[in-house]
Amino acid sequence: MISTLAAFMTKEVRHILRDRQTLTILLLMPLVQVVLFGYALRSDVRDVRLVIVDPSPDYASLALRDRFEAANRFRIVGVAPTMKAVEPLFKQGRADLAVSIDPEFAPRLESREPAHILIAVDASDPNTGSTMQAYARAVIMSYEQEIEAQKKQPLQITPQVRMRFNPTLESVNLFIPGLIALVLTLVSALMTAISLSREKERGTLEILLVSPLRPWQIIVGKVLPYLGLAFANVLTALLAAWLIFHVAFRGSVTLLLVESIIYSMVSLGLGVLVASLTNTQRVAMLVALLVTMLPSTLLSGMVFPLASMPRILQLLSNIVPAHWFIVIARGIMLKGVGLEHLWRETLVLIGMTLVFMAAAVKSFKARVA
Amino acid sequence: MRILRVLLRKEYLQIFRDKLLLRQMILAPFIQLIVLSSAATFEVKTARLYLVDRDQSTMSRGLADKLTASRRFKVVGAAASMTPANEALLARRAEMILNIPPDFERDLVRTRSASVQMIFNAEDGALAGVTSSYAQQIIAQYAQDLRASQSPSISASPAIQLRTRGWYNQDLDYKHYMVPGILVQLLTLVGTMMTAMNIVREREIGTLDQLNVTPVPRSAFIAAKLVPFLSIALVEFIIGLIIARWLFGVPMIGSLTLLFFCTIIYLVVALGLGLWVSTIVHTQQQAMFVSFFLLLIYLLMSGLFTPVRSMPQWAQWMAELNPVKHFIVIIRSILLKGATFTDILRPLGILVLSGTIVLTLAVRQYSKRAA
Repeated sequence: MISTLAAFMTKEVRHILRDRQTLTILLLMPLVQVVLFGYALRSDVRDVRLVIVDPSPDYASLALRDRFEAANRFRIVGVAPTMKAVEPLFKQGRADLAVSIDPEFAPRLESREPAHILIAVDASDPNTGSTMQAYARAVIMSYEQEIEAQKKQPLQITPQVRMRFNPTLESVNLFIPGLIALVLTLVSALMTAISLSREKERGTLEILLVSPLRPWQIIVGKVLPYLGLAFANVLTALLAAWLIFHVAFRGSVTLLLVESIIYSMVSLGLGVLVASLTNTQRVAMLVALLVTMLPSTLLSGMVFPLASMPRILQLLSNIVPAHWFIVIARGIMLKGVGLEHLWRETLVLIGMTLVFMAAAVKSFKARVA
Repeated sequence: MRILRVLLRKEYLQIFRDKLLLRQMILAPFIQLIVLSSAATFEVKTARLYLVDRDQSTMSRGLADKLTASRRFKVVGAAASMTPANEALLARRAEMILNIPPDFERDLVRTRSASVQMIFNAEDGALAGVTSSYAQQIIAQYAQDLRASQSPSISASPAIQLRTRGWYNQDLDYKHYMVPGILVQLLTLVGTMMTAMNIVREREIGTLDQLNVTPVPRSAFIAAKLVPFLSIALVEFIIGLIIARWLFGVPMIGSLTLLFFCTIIYLVVALGLGLWVSTIVHTQQQAMFVSFFLLLIYLLMSGLFTPVRSMPQWAQWMAELNPVKHFIVIIRSILLKGATFTDILRPLGILVLSGTIVLTLAVRQYSKRAA
């Protein structure tokens, strides 16, 4: 029994090793992805191009201008006397933000009348638009506080801000766990789905089925080699993250590796399930892509925070395995927590593995009968 | 011409025969479009706040009330010490801790200045940054309120009155921005991968050799492979636009004719990429991985999810070569800003250029194989 399984697995490993092109891509992919996205994928907003609209410059408006220049997020690309000049700059995409200062800024501030400031932002990208708006607000508010402090009877509450777990606010720390999930999903779910349906398409599955191999042995034999490949990928990705980006590893690496294996099993189960429900490689690929890849990128919290999503999507994200894995991976890497905080998420992943594997074996058997 | 017609008929027959494939190709993208468009936002709604009020005074309570009154913060727990608060942060029950020190009120009254500590779960750095700037504004406002209540001569209104305005998208509705982008992503995924797997499939089954010994010219063969998927992708695009209009209320300010013209050019690039992939690989599995690898880079570096301008300089140069980026720019500026032909000349020119390069490569590569 073991020897038939071993023979079958040898065949599978040879299939994988023989296809050099796929193997190279599979092994290189996590490396390229971590490097590329570690550098390029940033959700924070830097280098905001700012236009100051200052109809009559005075000492106060110049001081405010200095505040913007000093905040390293902003780059003043122009000073205009009226808002009219801003419109073409926005249309051509040469400026992102305009701050229009009251013509009587200093006199009004002195006489304690409210002075007006208008922040106009190119909101065609509302995500960055609202972020830029918040940053500009913060600069103006801190200037206002300074003015207040110079007056009689100032009253100040100083907030001391501490950013825990990711003090430099680097996006890379956030994305690496997500990338690992993405690579694992790709290798595990897509590869198994395609490789099983390939046997189906070519008719070799029939041969396997009449062989003394039992259905579960076929599945295990298909799954194990890919599990090994997935494991190699996790190691590459983690090494790259550690060596190139110095991503923090506060928790236990062993625990992270174990969790990665559990997550790979979930994806493999999904892959087998997809393959047993479809007949051709093309359909298997399309289905695997749509049920695994897209939810793993968008509904997992990898790029977009789950807390911002509508209630129904937050509920839906609970059935996305990547969501749980990302919580675990971030917990271990950034927060340094262990199983005492992550047992619930781990149990969910194990439960998902069992469900998918059982469903896969069952639908596989139904085909045979 | 007759050869092309016959070949096209064969391709359409093959596509329409596989009902499961067709259903997946048409239906799945729309479910994705509807679901995912609502997911792609960085907007910060309410942050869960854990309150550690070690002062328990009128002023400390006033500060907490002021934060919750803004509806941006929700108190999910309160304690007199930091231990349970830290625990809540670790267990993801709270996004931030507000730590008000003892003597907060006394300091404010005596020295007229006091400090509070805010600790954020900064796993998601951008999110934490925005939340923190909201909190700081509210705290500053609270200090202002206190000052006004103590000396009636000072007006409670702030010295500077801020108004904000979002151009091109008044309500900062991110869906208007994301829906066109996600539509592009789905078109690209389905179009490129289907084309990539198509020719390889013929090779795997062995029918490619049969086709090669027939008098079919290469151009007709390539055209017959491109046109069916192009038409399916266009149909998908139209349905996607209808969904965007009716379900998400995406404004369509610019000319739709111009948009369709650009879409056809873009689809030639996207499908041409698939064709090129299918000429360099041997099995469908390889086709899928190579095209997936390329697409992932294309899509994630396109500015669809994260702004291109936040990328480092070299990545921005790379993005200039990325057709997906340019088409997303085109579709967004036509739909949202009402851009005209002259406004999009540059990205469109780059698309035409990449289309020519990709198709030339694909045809040349294909003839080498067959030889």
